Amino acid sequence: MKNKLLPIFISLIFIIVFILFYKGLQNTNIYTPETKISNKIPSFKGDLFYSDETINSSNFFNSDKFYLLNVWSSWCVPCRKEHTFLMNFKESKKIEVVGINYKDKKINAENFLIELGNPYKKIIFDQEGIIAIEWGAYGVPETFLIKDKVIIKRYIGPLDEKTAKEIKSIIK
Amino acid sequence: MLYSSIGYYALILGLGISLILVYFSIKNFQNSSTLNTKILSFTFLQFFLVVISFACLIISFVLSDFSNETVFNNSHTTKPLFYKIAGTWGNHEGSLLLWLLVLTLFILIFFLKTKNQPLKYKLLTLIFQQIIIIGFFLFLIQTSNPFNFIFPTPEEGMGLNPILQDPALAIHPPILYLGYVGSSIIFSSALAATYLNLVSKVWASHIKKWIIASWVFLTLGILLGSIWAYYELGWGGFWFWDPVENVSLMPWLALTTLLHCIMVLEKKQVLTSWVIILSISTFTLSMCGTFLVRSGILNSVHTFANDPERGLFILVFLFSLIFISLFIFFFFHKSSPNNSNSFFWLSKETSIIINNWFMMYFLSVVLIGTIYPIFLEVLSSQKISVGPPFYHKLIIPFLIPFLMAMAIGPKLKWIKSNIVDKFYLVLFFAISIVLSFLIVKKFSTNLLINTILVSSALYLFFITLRDFFIRKYSNISQNIAHFGFSLLILSILLNNLFSSEIITNLKVGETFTSSKTKIVFKSINQKQEKNYKSIIANFSIENINEKIEDLSPELRIYNQPNIVTSEADIKTTLLLDKFIVINIVQNQDYFNVRYQVKPFMLWIWISVIVISFGGLLSFFKKEHEK
Amino acid sequence: MKIFKLFLVIFLISSFNHLEASNYDVKSKITKNLRCLVCQGQSVYDSDSQFAISMKVLIDKKLEEGFTEIQIYDFFRERYGEWILYDPKLKKNTYILWLLPILIFLIGGAIIMRSFIFKKN
Repeated sequence: MKNKLLPIFISLIFIIVFILFYKGLQNTNIYTPETKISNKIPSFKGDLFYSDETINSSNFFNSDKFYLLNVWSSWCVPCRKEHTFLMNFKESKKIEVVGINYKDKKINAENFLIELGNPYKKIIFDQEGIIAIEWGAYGVPETFLIKDKVIIKRYIGPLDEKTAKEIKSIIK
Repeated sequence: MLYSSIGYYALILGLGISLILVYFSIKNFQNSSTLNTKILSFTFLQFFLVVISFACLIISFVLSDFSNETVFNNSHTTKPLFYKIAGTWGNHEGSLLLWLLVLTLFILIFFLKTKNQPLKYKLLTLIFQQIIIIGFFLFLIQTSNPFNFIFPTPEEGMGLNPILQDPALAIHPPILYLGYVGSSIIFSSALAATYLNLVSKVWASHIKKWIIASWVFLTLGILLGSIWAYYELGWGGFWFWDPVENVSLMPWLALTTLLHCIMVLEKKQVLTSWVIILSISTFTLSMCGTFLVRSGILNSVHTFANDPERGLFILVFLFSLIFISLFIFFFFHKSSPNNSNSFFWLSKETSIIINNWFMMYFLSVVLIGTIYPIFLEVLSSQKISVGPPFYHKLIIPFLIPFLMAMAIGPKLKWIKSNIVDKFYLVLFFAISIVLSFLIVKKFSTNLLINTILVSSALYLFFITLRDFFIRKYSNISQNIAHFGFSLLILSILLNNLFSSEIITNLKVGETFTSSKTKIVFKSINQKQEKNYKSIIANFSIENINEKIEDLSPELRIYNQPNIVTSEADIKTTLLLDKFIVINIVQNQDYFNVRYQVKPFMLWIWISVIVISFGGLLSFFKKEHEK
Repeated sequence: MKIFKLFLVIFLISSFNHLEASNYDVKSKITKNLRCLVCQGQSVYDSDSQFAISMKVLIDKKLEEGFTEIQIYDFFRERYGEWILYDPKLKKNTYILWLLPILIFLIGGAIIMRSFIFKKN
C-alpha cells in the first residue's frame, strides 16, 4: 500500500500544478495597480506652473467639487489626443481640472497649451517627475478623479469617449 | 513565396514521417530481429526535411520575402545580412524550427553512433523521441507556422529589435538549444532504458557522452546569454534572476547533477532512481521553460510574443510528457538491490549524494522563485515580484558548505588513509580564511559574511589547484571543472565587492571630479548609419595613478522600430573592465552619464569556459584511460 | 550536526538583514530592490528610463528627509503595491515562498541521514 502512495501523491501534485498553470494562462499580464492600494490623496508640495508659488496638498483640494487631476507633458503624443476631452470639462461647475506638468520644459508646455487650449485651473510643475510618483503614476498620461480628498477613479493612458462619459456620469 | 511553400510542405512531410517511423519502430520492436534499415533511412529523411524547411526560412529572410508573415514581423530590408540570417531563429516560429532541427539531428546521430546497444532500446528511444517530435511538428504547424502567407505583400518589414542585433545573441540560441533540446535524447533514452530494465553500468557509459555534450553546450549557451546581456543591455550586469535566465539555469542544475550521478552509475549499480528522475527532469524543465517564456504567463526582458493558445498547447504537451514519464518510472523502474555492504559512510557516493542534496535545493530555490508569483496570483490575485534579493538570500549561505564539500568530496576515498592530505586540507583552510579576511577588510563592509564566502571559494581554488599539480587524483576533467567553478565564484564575489560607480549629469564640455576620478565630456559626433542615427559621446577618464583613458559610448536612434538604444563602451583588461554608458534625459540638454569600474569581469567569462573545458576533456577521454 | 548546520544557515540568512552602509550604498540597495515599472524586468538601479531617473531623485530626497530604508519601501508599496519590490516580504502570503526551499533542504537532509543510519544497521 505504501508503494502506491508515493505515485499517487506525486501525480496529485502535478495535477494541481497543471491546474494552477492553466488558470495562470487566463490572467492578463498587464499590471495595473489597483486603486484600492491607497485611496487617500498623497501629501505633497509642489510649485505652480505660472506663478512659481509653492503649494501644499492640504490646501489644494479643499472645495466640495470633484477634481480631475491630469498628468501630462508636451512631448507626450497621447496627451494631445485626450486634450479635447479635458477641454470639455473646463467650463463644468461640478468639476475642476488641474494638471501636473511632467518632466517638461516650461516653454514647450506653454506652447502646447497655447496650441491646444488650457483646461487647467491650476498646474503643478513637476520637472523631476517626483510628484507624479507621489501619486503612484508611472507614465503619461494618467488621470485621477478625486472627491473629498479621496481618489475615486484612476485612468492609466489617455482619456477617450468611454472614460469621459464615465466621468460625466459620476459627477452628476 | 516558393520557398515558403517548400518549407511548409517539408514540415508536413516531416510530420508524416514521424508517424511512419513510429509504426515501423513498433513493428520492429515486436519482431525483434535486426534493425529495419528503413528506419535509419527515414530518420535521416526526416532530419533532411527539417533542414530544407529551415533553409527555406533562412532564404526567405535573406531575400526579405515579406509575403512570409514571420519575415515581415521580424525583418527589414536595411538589416545587415548577418542579422537577417540570425533573425531566422530570433523569433518564436523560427526558434521552434530550430527546436525541430536539433531534435531530429540528435536522434539521427544517436542512431548512427549507437552500435552496441540492444535493438529494442534503440527503437524505444526513437519512439519516445518521435513523440516529442510529433508534438513539436503539431505545435509548429497548428499555432506557430513560420510559413504563413500575407497578402498583399508588404513593401517593408517590421524590423527586428535592435537590441537583438548582436553577434553573441545571434549564436546564443543555437548553442543553447544544442544543450537543452539535446537533453531530449537523454530523456527518451532514459525512459527506454527504464522500460526495458536496462539502467546499468553499461547504459551509463553509453549515455554519459550525450549528457556531457548536452551539458557543455548548455553551459556555453548560458555564458553567451550573459555576455550578451553585459555588453549589450547597457546596465553592466550579467545575471538578473530574470525568469528567462532562470529557465535556462534550471535544466543546467538538473543536468549537472545528472552528470555527477551518471559517473557513479558507470562504476556501480547505484543511484539509478536519481539518474532516471534527473534525466526526465532536465528535459521537462527545458519544456517547462519554453512554456513559461512563450505563453505570456510571465513577463521579462525577452519573452517572445505572448499567445495563450500557444501556451495552452505547450502546457498540455508538457504535462502529457510528465505523466508518461511518471507512469513509466513508477511501473517499470526496479530499484537496485540493497547495496548496503558496499555503501560506507566516507565514500564517493556519499559526496555525490550530498552534491545532489545541495543541487536539488538550489534548483528548488530557482524553480519556486520563478513559479510562485504565478501561483500566488492565481490563488489570491496578489501580484508580487521575486527578484535578486530572494535568490541571493537563499543561495549564498548554502554556497559556503557547498564549496567546502566540493573541495573535500572528491578526495574522501583517499583522505581516510592519507595523513599528508589531511594536513594540506587544514593548512589551505587556514590560508584561505586569512587571505580573504585581508582582502575583504580592505574594501568592504559586511566583514563576516564576505570573509566566509571568499574563504570558501578560495579554499576550493587552492585545493583544486594543488590537485592539478600533484596529479595524484587522476580525474583531471573533474579537477579542471571544479577549479573553474571556484574561479567563477571568486570572480563574482570580488567583482561584487570591488565594483564602483559614478552617476552624474553632464553637458558637452563639462567635467566631473571626485577624489579618485575625473570624467571629462569632451565632444559629440553625430552620424547617419544604415538603419539608425548614431550619437557618439567622447569622454576621457582619468583615475589617480593611471593613464588617461578615452571611452566613447554611443546612442543609437533607430527608425524601424522606433527605439533608442544605448551602447556602452567597455574597456576590458585582464584585471578590470571600465564601463561607461550615456542616456538622454527627457527634455534636457545634458546627458545622464554612468561610469563603472568592474574588476575581474573577464575572469567570470574565462572561468565558465574553463568549466566547459573540463567537461569537454571528459567527453574526449578514451575509454581505456579510465 | 544537522542542528548546527541549521543554526548556521539561519544565522547567515538573518545577518543579511543587518547591513550598515553609507548613503550611496543604501541608495544602491534600495534602487536595486525596486522594479522599474515601465521596463520589462529591470530594477530602478539598472534602468535609465524616465521613470527610473525620477525614482532615483525621489529616493535621494526621501533619504535626505530622514526616511529609513524600510520607510521608503513602505512608501512605494503604498503607491504601487507589492509588485514594485523585488524582495518579497515575509508575510502570510509568502511563507511558502521562503520556507518551502528550506523545508525541501531539511527533508532531503533527513532522508539522507535516515538512509545512512538504516544502512549502518
